[in-house]
Amino acid sequence: MSPTRQLAVVAAAFALVTASGSAALAQKKYDTGATDTEIKIGNIMPYSGPASAYGVIGRTEAAYFKMINDQGGINGRKINFISYDDNYSPPKTVEQARKLVESDEVLLIFNSLGTPPNSAIQKYMNQKKVPQLFVATGATKWNDPQNFPWTMGWQPNYQSETVIYAKYILKNHPNAKIAVLYQNDDYGKDYLKGLKDGLGAKAASMIVAEDSYEVSEPTIDSHIVRLKASGADVFMNITTPKFAAQAIKKNAELGWKPLHFLNNVSGSIGSVIKPAGFENAQDIISSQYFKDPTDAQWKTDKAMIAWNEFLDKYYPEANRSDASVMYAYIVSQGLVHVLKACGDNLTRENVMKQAASIRDYEPAGLLPGVKVNTSATDFAPLSQLQLIRFKGETWERFGEVLSGDVGG
Amino acid sequence: MSAAEEVVTEAPAVEAVPKRAMTLGYGTSLAVLAALILIPLFVKNFIIFQMTMLLIYGLAVLALNILTGGSGQFSLGQSAFYAVGAYTSAILMEHAGMNYALTLPIAGLICFGFGFLFGQPALRLSGVYLALATFALATAMPQLLKLGYFEHWTGGVQGLVVTKPDAPFGLPMGQDMWLYYFTLAVSIAIYVASVNLLRSRSGRAFMAIRDNEIAASAMGVDVALYKTLAFGVSAGITGVAGGLGAIAVQFVAPDGYTITLAISLFLGMVVGGVGWLPGSIVGSAFIIFVPNIAESISKGLSGAVFGVLLFLVIFLVPHGARQVAIVAQQLIAKLKKN
Repeated sequence: MSPTRQLAVVAAAFALVTASGSAALAQKKYDTGATDTEIKIGNIMPYSGPASAYGVIGRTEAAYFKMINDQGGINGRKINFISYDDNYSPPKTVEQARKLVESDEVLLIFNSLGTPPNSAIQKYMNQKKVPQLFVATGATKWNDPQNFPWTMGWQPNYQSETVIYAKYILKNHPNAKIAVLYQNDDYGKDYLKGLKDGLGAKAASMIVAEDSYEVSEPTIDSHIVRLKASGADVFMNITTPKFAAQAIKKNAELGWKPLHFLNNVSGSIGSVIKPAGFENAQDIISSQYFKDPTDAQWKTDKAMIAWNEFLDKYYPEANRSDASVMYAYIVSQGLVHVLKACGDNLTRENVMKQAASIRDYEPAGLLPGVKVNTSATDFAPLSQLQLIRFKGETWERFGEVLSGDVGG
Repeated sequence: MSAAEEVVTEAPAVEAVPKRAMTLGYGTSLAVLAALILIPLFVKNFIIFQMTMLLIYGLAVLALNILTGGSGQFSLGQSAFYAVGAYTSAILMEHAGMNYALTLPIAGLICFGFGFLFGQPALRLSGVYLALATFALATAMPQLLKLGYFEHWTGGVQGLVVTKPDAPFGLPMGQDMWLYYFTLAVSIAIYVASVNLLRSRSGRAFMAIRDNEIAASAMGVDVALYKTLAFGVSAGITGVAGGLGAIAVQFVAPDGYTITLAISLFLGMVVGGVGWLPGSIVGSAFIIFVPNIAESISKGLSGAVFGVLLFLVIFLVPHGARQVAIVAQQLIAKLKKN
């Protein structure tokens, strides 16, 4: 072997070694909370307190990850899902978040619930550079990658929904006179802002009546009477389920038949439309992004069958008419999708990077055509909605899937 | 006069506690103090944060203890004073750019005034009726904080984010540790002041009212003044605790100050021993840690487990930590004799 050839071989061998070495390094990179066998995921839910109805989301997620673990985990790693109760009280949320990050040493906090609790920990999570991934609230402020690069929302935000309704009104009823009823809190105000932004310059002239109610009011009948008197021909109904059902009923009693828009918070057939009476709810327009389990048209749907099988085996006591169970099923798939995409590079930075590069992902349970999309500047994974109209005893989809992206 | 009312006034609201039994001996006090100073040097930041919260809730329980254990008046409205203190600190820090340490006395003063004024109508009420009146205050407070008129200041339902202070003078410690020692210093000052207050003329007046209002007024105690004063002092200390809480948690929102908080503080007082000031910290530990223990036993039934634990405590040691301390003291005395 000539000296030059020898050198070449050595060089080649060296190159090979370094290449494989760096490949091995690239293969396995961990931050706190991830190892060869386990990924620790933190979660905070109001299992007790005023919002405890949402606790089923945490339970469904725990059941879902148990199923994933039984199927072999994610790239061979089991999910260790640690979920704590915060009572929907922000100080407690801070305590639990710190416990998860500093004591349990989780890789990330996933789907923590509620606008006030998440606001309380947002600064802390971003200071610590721990992902606060797919928060369970519809407020608009979570889509703010510039100021809060470690926080990401999940569901379509409230504002984007009314932006979509506004676009529909401008296109199909440009001379409409709109009456708005909204709940007097952050949720109602977010919706109202979206409507006004969507109508743009015409908002002032098109909205002829605006009325708000308090959650503590027993009935909203008087508000409906007042709105009817305004002579409006479009009714924007921004109310939570109990009040939505009252409004639909009262409209029918008064014989007021405006073009009725109902926010999707109250789109459940089981808990709103049925109690209000099918005959009173005909032609109401709303929007959806996932399949309503109480809607008969999905009975033989593949995703619905898979959902039912999952619940049969891992969460048999779940209330299947509760939309939260479907919500949790979908968002859990979202997390698994992100963790799979991370491969063996389970650093917090890579988690955020993968979460911010989802392309046209369709977890089971979303409506046809609705897709999850994110980018470095778009931290709102779901921003599409399908307009639906109530016909007979079910929601009928119409038009295309619409998008109403709004930044925080 | 109805029979019910007679029952209420006849039943001793609070058992008489002699004033010497209200504090700890010097040796024990020093040991506790040493533990509180040294432990944070060896534990994680998260534990330091929990200890900070322990002191803060301890202060709030102490405040209630002065009111109930000292002057014999009930309050389920402490969460309202706590909220006012928290919001005062948060607003002054975030909107007026004031130093966090300066906001605390202001929070205390505002709450003192608030409590003193609330004490005026409360004068006409006693026992369960007073408890109900304060309960109303606690339920009203979160909604008041959401009101549109104040929204510019309070941030409405969204709340306010508070910046956590760094250690001053370039001290080599983290934010959590600095805040802990700061809180500890405030707590010790308030504790010492409270002990002295109860030993003073005013404290004797409080206790005279607690034990027998008619006898107290016959002895020349201005019942109305001292009753409202007790409310004011209690609210003032709670306000300082609220301000510290806002700084430690870095966030204030109406949902953090619901009636649940008021009941927790009440619970802390009972578990710690009504009228026994050092018990406040034991009560505070109970309301912070026992729900976590209950949750680790059963997530779905955490409330029920908590209830069972609480029931056991009330059943086995009805006088709370004070009873445990007395038993321990007697045991030690026995050992010393032998």
